[in-house]
Amino acid sequence: MSTVAHEHDHHHAPTGLKRWIFSTNHKDIGTLYLIFSLMMFFIGGAMAMIIRAELFQPGLQFVDPQFYNSMVTVHALIMIFGAVMPAGVGLANWMIPLMIGAPDMALPRMNNMSFWILPFGFALLISTLFMNGGGPAGGWTMYPPLVLQLGDAFPFLIFTVHILGVSSIMGAINIIATVFNMRAPGMTLMKMPLFVWTWVITAFLLIASLPVLAGAVTMLLTDKYFGTSFFNAAGGGDPVLFQHIFWFFGHPEVYILALPAFGIVSTIIPTFARKPLFGYASMVYATASIAILSFFVWAHHMFTVGMPIKGELFFMYATMLIAVPTGVKVFNWMATMWRGAMTFEAPMLFSIAFVILFTIGGFSGLMLGITPVDFQYHDTYFVVAHFHYVLLTGAVFSLMAAAYYWLPKWTGYMYDEKLAKIHFWLSTIAANVLFFPQHFLGLAGMPRRIPDYNIVFADFNMISSIGGFAYGISQLLFVYIVIKCALGGKKAKAQAWEGAKGLEWTVPSPAPFHTFETPPKLTKSMLEN
Amino acid sequence: MAAKDIYYVPEGSKWPIFGSFALFVLFIGGALLFNGNANANVVLYIGIALVAYMFVGWFNDVIGESRSGKYNGQVDVSFRMGMGWFIFSEVMFFAAFFGALYYARMYSIPWLGGLGSGTATHEFLWSAFEAAWPLSVTPDPTNYDQPSDVVPAFGVPAINTLILLTSGVTVTFAHWALKNNKRTSLNLWLAATVILGFVFVFFQAEEYIHAYNDLNLKLSSGIYGSTFYMLTGFHGFHVTMGAIMLLVILLRTIKGHFSKKDHFAFEAVAWYWHFVDVVWLGLFIFVYWI
Repeated sequence: MSTVAHEHDHHHAPTGLKRWIFSTNHKDIGTLYLIFSLMMFFIGGAMAMIIRAELFQPGLQFVDPQFYNSMVTVHALIMIFGAVMPAGVGLANWMIPLMIGAPDMALPRMNNMSFWILPFGFALLISTLFMNGGGPAGGWTMYPPLVLQLGDAFPFLIFTVHILGVSSIMGAINIIATVFNMRAPGMTLMKMPLFVWTWVITAFLLIASLPVLAGAVTMLLTDKYFGTSFFNAAGGGDPVLFQHIFWFFGHPEVYILALPAFGIVSTIIPTFARKPLFGYASMVYATASIAILSFFVWAHHMFTVGMPIKGELFFMYATMLIAVPTGVKVFNWMATMWRGAMTFEAPMLFSIAFVILFTIGGFSGLMLGITPVDFQYHDTYFVVAHFHYVLLTGAVFSLMAAAYYWLPKWTGYMYDEKLAKIHFWLSTIAANVLFFPQHFLGLAGMPRRIPDYNIVFADFNMISSIGGFAYGISQLLFVYIVIKCALGGKKAKAQAWEGAKGLEWTVPSPAPFHTFETPPKLTKSMLEN
Repeated sequence: MAAKDIYYVPEGSKWPIFGSFALFVLFIGGALLFNGNANANVVLYIGIALVAYMFVGWFNDVIGESRSGKYNGQVDVSFRMGMGWFIFSEVMFFAAFFGALYYARMYSIPWLGGLGSGTATHEFLWSAFEAAWPLSVTPDPTNYDQPSDVVPAFGVPAINTLILLTSGVTVTFAHWALKNNKRTSLNLWLAATVILGFVFVFFQAEEYIHAYNDLNLKLSSGIYGSTFYMLTGFHGFHVTMGAIMLLVILLRTIKGHFSKKDHFAFEAVAWYWHFVDVVWLGLFIFVYWI
């Protein structure tokens, strides 16, 4: 073994600034991703606070409508591409090599580039808010012809999408190569932790959908500057064409945000229910089915745009179909908890809240997927309520659960459970106060993306805004808990949670700089899911 | 335990963050150019230079590591998967533009011409418009450059098809030569492939000049010109990149790099070359021919 030790001599941990900016270490890069996404969560969150402040009462009070629309647009772009996606990739970076017994990601330098593109990309995006003509204000979906009226910000917006796409595609390629090439001997595909499964399927969605978005925004660019007529009927094109191409990306993108969340919850619930995950194989197949179906439902985002009736029906039925594998998942999570020896630590609380609240978001999604009734809901606050239930109480709650679950492994200390529970209850109550009334607003006809509204919507909006501010402030508590945990506390054992399964709990807490430099010998009990 | 048994995890590298910064400068340069900024060109050229420098430096490191025997079979598999899925992402990029082409031909033009549910659209927008493909008279004939003709499939494009297909064969011959350790034959076949690649680009440029000047077919000729130039343009850009990549591989084979067993860089470029070949067949059939 002495030769092994010698081989490892040059693998000492680098120090100082170089450790971070030149990093090829999956744990350091994962940490960078997670910190970056938390910063973006607060920048995007501040924009949400501006939106809720403006909507606190009818009339225009704080910002002008153009800036309001910029806030709506940039809030969405930052939360999707800057907060939720990087948080997911950060977790993948940290946990996938640990979970499959790999020494690192398959392509460590490319991994670092995927991360470092992000700060530059968001510098491009945020700089647009200070440009002539203001920031992007036509909605994150960038529909032409409206988006083409943007001022100096326009090419910066397009290039932001390009550069973030490059980052995500490189990250996805890395995850696929890692999962298919770096598993320890004995870790067969159907023995992999479900988090790894959901991420590798997500990576395929990224590779297949982001280049399509790059193509769509390239067409916007040439339509504006080179006189092409992709989205201009006068030249034989069609503005609706953009919506088709965009949502061909956009719907899989929804699952890019949601599938890793499914993986997280499928990891955490068995730990605290102290039972193996119910229906592991069906979970894998359900995830894959959702991913495949996600490429055939895109036009349910555009039922009211004027499509042939056959198209409307096809996309309605295909959308209904997604409820089947999603239902399989929800029932499996419930069956996992059934008669389990459950305890309710913060990760479990967030996971249970996820199952309930994500399902509410899923049901409102089903309502929106029914073509005839969507004609009423389209572009109302009902849609806003729906996707915030699936993305905030869905994706973001799962990320919070993941952070609490793995913080002991990352920092070597247990977080403050009491504060974490307070954070959970504040977040859960606030999020529901924030978004539940928006269902009623939408059903009553309040349109999205408008800074002012009819006085009849005043009460629900005020309640929603109060929930919004409460949610925003409670997240500061999360930052405090994380910092406190990083600085010290009760020492975490290698196996931080009694019921936890998986290779990540066989290495010390905090995980050493390098792990599994030679593949671990897997025993049968290590491979139980 | 030998070095070959351990997966090679590189030391820290400056190239990733340098490359991210290079892309940042490049895109700022591009965006400033579109905004009509007077100094945009300078920024753009600096960006291009930085990106090029990043590629040279990064590949230099990788080639050095590869030649000093740091990579084992497992690293090789990672590279293979990386390249394979990168090419797949490129396929999806082209799919967006092919999708636009099919949509225009199958839906937007027939609808503008009054087909199916497009009756009212046709009547109220441009009632004189007649659906046709290739589209030479746009729905709104003002403000668009009306082409007098389009590029026929069985002229230069057919010759270019032949050139690219031939280059696919020559690169395979080069691969066989490499696998049988026939280095002279390898260099010659590879050189032939590079030459065929650049000849293709030359013909494509000639075709563009002819279409632009003589046929008045431009990006601003409506949806036909848009799809024609964007599809063939991105393809031509990829062929140029592929030919440059082949050239780099040729310089490396001349220097004696690669062995009959270890030559993934060669194979990766060959894969890429076959990819641009297949895309071209799609273009030839759907853009030029039918």
